[in-house]
Amino acid sequence: MVHTGGVISLSSFDLLLASLLMIVLALLSLFLKLGLEKKIIVFSVRMTAQLLLIGLVLRYLFSSTSFLLVFLMSFFMLCAAGREVYARQKRKIKGLAGYMINTGAMFVSSFSVTFIALWVIIDVQPWYSPQYAIPLLGMLLGNTMTGIALAVDQMTDQLYRRKSEVEQRLLLGQGWRDASIDIRRDCIRTGMVPIINSMAAAGIVSLPGMMTGQILGGTPPVEAVKYQILIMFLIAAGTGLGVISAVWASGKVLFDNRERLRLDLIRSGNR
Amino acid sequence: MSVFFDVHGLSFLDCGPYSFSLERGQCLGISGPSGVGKTQLFRALSDLIPSTGEVLVNGVSKAQLAAPRWRSQVTMLPTDSVWWYDEVGAHFTSPESLAYLQEMSPQLGLSEQIADWQVSQLSTGEKQRLALLRSLQIRPDILLLDEPTSALDVHNTQLVETLLLRLKNKEQLTLLWVSHDQSQLARVSDRILYMAKDKMTSVAPGVGD
Repeated sequence: MVHTGGVISLSSFDLLLASLLMIVLALLSLFLKLGLEKKIIVFSVRMTAQLLLIGLVLRYLFSSTSFLLVFLMSFFMLCAAGREVYARQKRKIKGLAGYMINTGAMFVSSFSVTFIALWVIIDVQPWYSPQYAIPLLGMLLGNTMTGIALAVDQMTDQLYRRKSEVEQRLLLGQGWRDASIDIRRDCIRTGMVPIINSMAAAGIVSLPGMMTGQILGGTPPVEAVKYQILIMFLIAAGTGLGVISAVWASGKVLFDNRERLRLDLIRSGNR
Repeated sequence: MSVFFDVHGLSFLDCGPYSFSLERGQCLGISGPSGVGKTQLFRALSDLIPSTGEVLVNGVSKAQLAAPRWRSQVTMLPTDSVWWYDEVGAHFTSPESLAYLQEMSPQLGLSEQIADWQVSQLSTGEKQRLALLRSLQIRPDILLLDEPTSALDVHNTQLVETLLLRLKNKEQLTLLWVSHDQSQLARVSDRILYMAKDKMTSVAPGVGD
C-alpha cells in the first residue's frame, strides 16, 4: 500500500490479492458443479480490462473539455447499454425495432435526467464537463438498463403467455391500450421495484457504491451522502421514465395499426 | 332482403379466397374438417389476423372503421373462454353490462348472483356460458360462434341454442356458427357452408349428416 495524501493508493499487488477471491469462487463453482467457473473467470478478466481501459479513456477525456469527445463517449456508452439490454432478453423483438426500443428508452431517460442534473442542479461550467457528465451518465445508464431489461423481458414474455387473454379483450372491442393495461402495469412495476427497494435499503442495509467509493477516496461523509441522495433521485426518476417509455414503445411495436397482437414479431428463444 | 354481412375474396394464411354473404338476422352454419381453418376464418373476420379481400357490414368495410369499433360489431366468441380477474363481475366493466349479466344468467341456467362468484370456482361449462354473455353484453351485430356448446351437456346446449335463436329473431342478431355437430347446425342454421382450404360449398339440408 502506498500513501498519497489522505487516500491509500492501491497497488497492482493489492488487486491481485483481491482477484484470488475470484479463483476461490471459481474453484467452489467447480466443486459444486454449478457450471459457472468459466463465466466467473471470463467476466472477471473482461471487467478488469474494461475498467482499466475506461480509466485510460477518462484520464484522456478529463484533460480536454471537448464537447465532441464527451458526445462520442456518451453515444458509445448508450449503444453498449442498448446491446446489453437486448442480450438479456429471453424473447427478443425481431429486427432493429427490438434494439431501438431499449436504446431509445435509455436515451430518453438517462440523457434527459443527466442533462437536467448537469444544467440545473449541479450547475457545472461548462455543462458537459467530462468529470461530471460521464460518471453521472454511466450511473444512470447502468441503473435504467437494469430496470428496462427487466420490464421489456417481462413484457414480451407476458404477452406471449397471456396471448389468449389479450386477444379475448381485443375481441370485446377494447383497444390495445386497454387490452394490455394489466400486463403493462405489471411490467412497469417489475422494472421499478429494484430501485425503490434500493432506496429503502440505502444507508441502512447497504452503503451505495458511489458513496463508498467517494468515502474511500477521501471525501467527507456528509458531502458524499449529499451526492448519493442526488444520485438516488436521478436514478429513480431515470429508471421510471425509461421503464414507462420502453413498455409503451414495446406495446406500440407489438400491436400493429389494426391493434392486433403480433407475436410473430417476437423471436422465441432460450436465454 | 338486402345483404347485411358481405365477405368477398377473403384470404388469410394459406386459406381462401372465400366469398359469401348473409342477410341481417340470419344464421350461417359452417362445417368442415378440423384444421381446415374455421377458427382462423373467424379471427380474420374479426380482424385479429391480417387478411386480404373485403369484409363489409351494412356496406361499411372493416378498413373504414377503427379496429376496436369493428371488433365490437363483428365479435368472435372463442371456444375456450379466458378470464383475467378473480371475480366474474370484474369482467363486466359497466353497470349496464352487470345488469345485463344479472338479467340473462337465469336463462342459461346460471345464478343471478354469479357476478360475485370467483372464476376459479366455475366449471368449464359455466365459464363457456358466461363467456357468451360477456360477448353478447357488448351488443354485436354479428356474432362468430366457435363451437359455442363444446363443453355443455344436452340441457345447457338447448338453453344456449334457444337464447341465441331468440336474439336472432327478436333483435336481428346475425350469427356464424361453427360446429362439428351436424344435427346442431341443422337445428340452428338457415343455411350451411362446407369449408375447404380454397372454397366454401353449400350443403343442402340433410346432406352433411
